[in-house]
Amino acid sequence: MTARDLLFALIGVLAAASGLLAVTSRQVVHAALWLVTALGAVAGCYLVLGAEVVALVQVLVYVGAVVVLVLFALMLTRAPIGRAPDVDAPWPQRVAAAVAGAATAGLLAVVLLEAVRGRLIDVDPDRSRAQPLARSLFGSWVLPFELLSLLLLAALVAALVLSRDGVRPRRGEEG
Amino acid sequence: MHLTGPLLLSAALAGAGVYGVLARRNAVLVLIGVELILNAANLLLITFDAAYADALHAGQVLTLFVVTVAAAEVGVALAVVLLMFRRRGDVDLRGARDLAETRDVVPATEPVS
Repeated sequence: MTARDLLFALIGVLAAASGLLAVTSRQVVHAALWLVTALGAVAGCYLVLGAEVVALVQVLVYVGAVVVLVLFALMLTRAPIGRAPDVDAPWPQRVAAAVAGAATAGLLAVVLLEAVRGRLIDVDPDRSRAQPLARSLFGSWVLPFELLSLLLLAALVAALVLSRDGVRPRRGEEG
Repeated sequence: MHLTGPLLLSAALAGAGVYGVLARRNAVLVLIGVELILNAANLLLITFDAAYADALHAGQVLTLFVVTVAAAEVGVALAVVLLMFRRRGDVDLRGARDLAETRDVVPATEPVS
């Protein structure tokens, strides 16, 4: 049990607890804010595992952009402030969802733990340096990287087209 | 360091995400479940990147890619949710049955006598 193990256990408990609260909270804004905590704690886990660049990208993109988008979506859809009765499905569906979630978690845990069988790893401090990561990102992985920029462009255009829906008929009426 | 912690955390996050996707009625809250599942996958990638330490940094690079894909996904999903809100006035997934099969359709496999 090293210091790294202890640190990971602390941050991991925080991440798991806030992740559970994010999917069970009856107050929609609180659920989004618990998601911030969970994503931040996962970024902390990345730091402990020696992936500093990824942890920073996680904070920038997830906590900075994705959660803000989710909060925007909650505000623009007039999410109720305070406890809302119609946030969750009725209880039979919730029970079925809990069974499915527990089964997923159990299956993953058993398979993964069986796959590594208590293996110990040394976290290499050199792995966290940005330069080797950038070399492989813009060297071996440059083609998928460029494809991702195409995907982002396509997603941007798709979001634009979707949000312009309903404008076209009105313009047709005018013309 | 032990691999048990990261693997258990990843399984827990994936389970919580599955519960969130299945049990929520608000479309935006379903998105939160999807984000948790993606983070579970990312945590696994980072864990095995630290465990195997390959020269291509595959785990870290693929995690960056997944984060990008998640950002694109949330952008499109936000547009879809807002469109749904403009058309229907709410984001309740139980009421959104526009694409559901209707009950009164005669089954196509009815035997022809």
